[in-house]
Amino acid sequence: MTATANDASTFEAPGLDWRRQIRFSAIGALSCAFIALAGMPVGLDRRSIVYPVLSLGYLSLFWVPFVLASLAGSQVVLEGMGERERDTRDLAAGALVGLGSALGLVGLMILVKNFNLRDPLVNWSPQLLELLSFNRSTTLGMLLWVVLGTTLGLLGGAMHVVPAMVRAKILTVVLSVLIVSVLQTFLTDLLEGFRLEVFTDFIYYKRGGLEILGALLVAVLAIAIPLLVAGRIKGLRARVQKMPPDERSRVNLVLLGVGAALLLVLPFFLGKIANELLANVGLFVLLALGLNIVVGLAGILDLGYVAFFAVGGYTTAVLTSPNSPGFSPELPWPVALIVVVVLTGLVGLFIGAPVIRMRGDYLAIVTLGFGEIIRLLFLSDWLSGWFGGAQGITNIPGVDVGIGTVKGTDPRSVFLLVLVFCGIAIYVSWRLEHSRLGRAWMAIREDEDVAEAMGVNTTSTKLMAFVVGAVLASFSGAIFSAKVGSIFPTSFIMLVSIIILVVVIVGGMGNIAGVIVGAVVLIGVLGGPKQPGLLQELGQFKLLIYGALLVWMMLKRPEGLVPNVRRSRELHQEEFLQDAWLKGEIDEEDPS
Amino acid sequence: MNMLQILDLSVTFGGLHALRNLDFHVEEGEIVSVIGPNGAGKTTFFNMISGMVTPTSGEILFEGESLLNLDPSQVTERGIARTFQNVRLFANMTILENVMVAQHCRTHQKVFGALLQTKAFKSEEIAIREYGEEVLSFFGSRLIGYRLNQPASVLSYANRRRLEIARAMATRPRLLLLDEPVAGMNPRESAELTALIGRLRSEWGFTIVIIEHDMSVVRDVSDRVVVLDHGETIAQGSYDSVANDPKVVEAYLGRQVQDKNADEETSS
Ligand SMILES: Nc1ncnc2c1ncn2[C@@H]1O[C@H](COP(=O)(O)OP(=O)(O)OP(=O)(O)O)[C@@H](O)[C@H]1O
Ligand SMILES: [Mg+2]
Repeated sequence: MTATANDASTFEAPGLDWRRQIRFSAIGALSCAFIALAGMPVGLDRRSIVYPVLSLGYLSLFWVPFVLASLAGSQVVLEGMGERERDTRDLAAGALVGLGSALGLVGLMILVKNFNLRDPLVNWSPQLLELLSFNRSTTLGMLLWVVLGTTLGLLGGAMHVVPAMVRAKILTVVLSVLIVSVLQTFLTDLLEGFRLEVFTDFIYYKRGGLEILGALLVAVLAIAIPLLVAGRIKGLRARVQKMPPDERSRVNLVLLGVGAALLLVLPFFLGKIANELLANVGLFVLLALGLNIVVGLAGILDLGYVAFFAVGGYTTAVLTSPNSPGFSPELPWPVALIVVVVLTGLVGLFIGAPVIRMRGDYLAIVTLGFGEIIRLLFLSDWLSGWFGGAQGITNIPGVDVGIGTVKGTDPRSVFLLVLVFCGIAIYVSWRLEHSRLGRAWMAIREDEDVAEAMGVNTTSTKLMAFVVGAVLASFSGAIFSAKVGSIFPTSFIMLVSIIILVVVIVGGMGNIAGVIVGAVVLIGVLGGPKQPGLLQELGQFKLLIYGALLVWMMLKRPEGLVPNVRRSRELHQEEFLQDAWLKGEIDEEDPS
Repeated sequence: MNMLQILDLSVTFGGLHALRNLDFHVEEGEIVSVIGPNGAGKTTFFNMISGMVTPTSGEILFEGESLLNLDPSQVTERGIARTFQNVRLFANMTILENVMVAQHCRTHQKVFGALLQTKAFKSEEIAIREYGEEVLSFFGSRLIGYRLNQPASVLSYANRRRLEIARAMATRPRLLLLDEPVAGMNPRESAELTALIGRLRSEWGFTIVIIEHDMSVVRDVSDRVVVLDHGETIAQGSYDSVANDPKVVEAYLGRQVQDKNADEETSS
């Protein structure tokens, strides 16, 4: 009031918008009821996050009041507008949203208790009621929800009231506990490799989840470790920033090399499960990198990308398996790979040529169709003399690399092989992005007509993106074939295309690091279309989560988890330069 | 010989005759202005030359060869570059990348060069970059230095217009088509750009066709003025002869004079 009232250009910050809070309460209530009826609380109750106080099932509900309350409290601050002072009204607003969400569940409990709608709603069950009542009486359960929801909402609202430092700490603790708990299989496996089972034995409950003491330990570490090392890391960063550009790039190169070396020795410390998981993740990283060239760089929305994965897989199977029904040359895998690459590239041309002249929606739908056509061809009786129809092709040998054979029973070797090919894919993406071709792709993505008018032959350039993407997918297919040892049309359903696309979008389109992070997080935690992730229990809810995540990302963060690094650096540079300019360090004669 | 020769050309959109039986020519080294009221068909005229719109009938010859049935990229390769009235930069690409990508049709390296980092690839990259910077430095310090690696979207409006011209220059054209290059600029900036347009011919050797509403720019740069109205050429010649042509006064300047009179009346 005092400071801003003097300044005519600043308008007063709007007060708390209660209508917004009510709207969020309603959203919370509906979300809770929806999640409950989708069966998540019951289905996920077996997996503990912190044993025995918090299971994944309850977590699937608890986050709603908290997150919605804090979202409802966030406000857009426009230029020239003062920020509203935060006070106890924010707490009340948070509590209101929390309460509203809880009331959704209370309402649901009353309905479940008194009516039977099990017929259309399969999860409308006594178990749901029991779980929602915390195994007590229904009334007590309702009361508990009211209290819990309000408290969680209050905490969510409090996130805006407490200082930023405290908020950051709370978030770190909550996220660390969640992440460590989710990583159980992986960490157990990893620490076993280092003979440090004591640690994991201490923090984890055998049948999934952290022990309470373990959770406390993780929380303490999550606060302590940053305090101990943050200063030092900052110092190092600052030193690297000050270096001249070529020296800095050398440091980056060394770091990259060390990272790569670590990744290469990592599999030797991991057990079967973790290696298997990472091998699956790697196959999807390969696919996502390939699709990233098509969608992220060239801006061609290809919904049938799985076709190239399938062609790569099937070609490998036909060329290497003694059981291939038609033609069976039983080539060694590396030789077969050459044929696979050439053939998939040709298929890329063949599919690309007719669709490439279309744009936007039409292109998306036609590629979707081609993806299905390819799968149906492999499934068809007509070609079953070659590809075995629904029986597929079995007995695909592993990859003979001299010192041993890479195959599914030895996930470590598969992971190593996948790593090598991921390395190749990263190199290809990186080099092409910074080449004449990469620039042409980006121009087409930005504005196809203008790119064409600036002399870019859009047809052949887009075809090239299709072909490069296809070749990267064929790597993945070839490894997949050798890893699984048999191949069936059901491995190449449309869902695969969709999931790879979600990985690319969520990770950050057009950004190599983003795509890798996206694949590691999504495939690693949730799992692929058929492959389990760290949270195997999520199985049936995987698609729901993928969908929700996609919608949320498109709405709130279309640039992806890891936005284009190059661009954000430039934007920061802009600020930096503006500061310099204001201080008169850069002379600028441009009045515009 | 005429560099660009357009013969009896028509463009229709549905029932609308955007261009009607147009004859037009540009000689090498000329700067020709195309003027006309809004909707006269000026931008369509550029779209048609650059291959983005297919004419319904007629012929376009550039250096004696027909441009009909060529893709826009092939037209650019022949040596015709253009800018867009409603600035259409590659906004998420850097300023340098904008002029680098425009050299696409003058360069050759493909996938393998980039993957193997061949000598030819590297030297071509350096050449592309250097030529890009050379083109950008034509506009003084505005588009170079720290700005090179900023996305085009951070530029001011006037600088975006300059980058549009730089991008067209980077395609190494012989004929440059500028669609309202000073629109939205303040008088100082537009005077400066007028001078630059003169230098585009004298230093870079471009032949230039320019669409412009700003009459002072038209007067200062053009050797010849062509007036379009409803898709037809209603007059052409020197600025003075065109400005005094009664048809033009009626179709175009006349309205401005009337407006001015109206303004004076209200103000007095
Ligand atoms: N792609 C198109 N489809 C249909 N009609 C079009 C198309 N492009 C232009 N037109 C029409 O053709 C006529 C000429 O348009 P054009 O853009 O060439 O005018 P202009 O002389 O450039 O006008 P301005 O001075 O406003 O830029 C207009 O009536 C316009 O609506
Ligand atoms: Mg126009």
